[in-house]
Amino acid sequence: MSSNTPIHVLVTDQDFDLAAEYASARADSENPGAIVMFTGLVREVLGEAASAEQTLTLEHYPGMTQKALLDIAEQAASRWPLQCIRVVHRVGTMEPGEQIVLVLSSSAHRHAAFESAEFIMDYLKTSAPFWKKQVRGNESYWVDSRESDYRALERWQQKSGSAR
Amino acid sequence: MLKINYFASVREQTGSSSENLELPAGVHTVGELANWLATRGPAWEILQSQTDVLVAVNQAVSPRSQTLGPDDEVAFFPPMTGG
Repeated sequence: MSSNTPIHVLVTDQDFDLAAEYASARADSENPGAIVMFTGLVREVLGEAASAEQTLTLEHYPGMTQKALLDIAEQAASRWPLQCIRVVHRVGTMEPGEQIVLVLSSSAHRHAAFESAEFIMDYLKTSAPFWKKQVRGNESYWVDSRESDYRALERWQQKSGSAR
Repeated sequence: MLKINYFASVREQTGSSSENLELPAGVHTVGELANWLATRGPAWEILQSQTDVLVAVNQAVSPRSQTLGPDDEVAFFPPMTGG
């Protein structure tokens, strides 16, 4: 599973600059016709305690995280004709509205760029060693994994080998 | 020495983030290691749950049947929730 697609993966406790990431993706791509940029944001949890101060803390497995993200990006690069992939994932404590994850994917045509960005996000949710802890006022809890995230993965496994 | 890491809710429940351990006698697989650790007490029994706790060996997610080497890095953690 190797490709010549430039892949850039970063795990960081710092915020990222969308314009700079986009410019890098563009510079890394040879002759792009489509660039898809997905940004995940920390959402405010609504409910009875909504007025309490909220934070989201991302824990990860330092040795494994980078490897897992790289593996996911390489799977995407072997499945679609991509010109570059960039993945940035934050760790540490964030507040609602902050950027948490970025996926950039470029290709000659839009379908490959759209699909590969979605594929990377779907795999990242369930296969990269990150864990979310939600804090609201005095209470905190670990966010549960979602059945729907696993169903999203199955979709790609069924499509395997198609969709160019 | 085995290096064992515990993450997120599993770290909090066991009260341990990492430890070094000689591969115990009679332990050959990930599943057997989980059973061995579970004998430490109720807080450790969670490790035996295949749905609540995943395992990585040498930083790759692995089945409970995975054979362990004496210097492997093992990690126990809940299902991942990134993104």
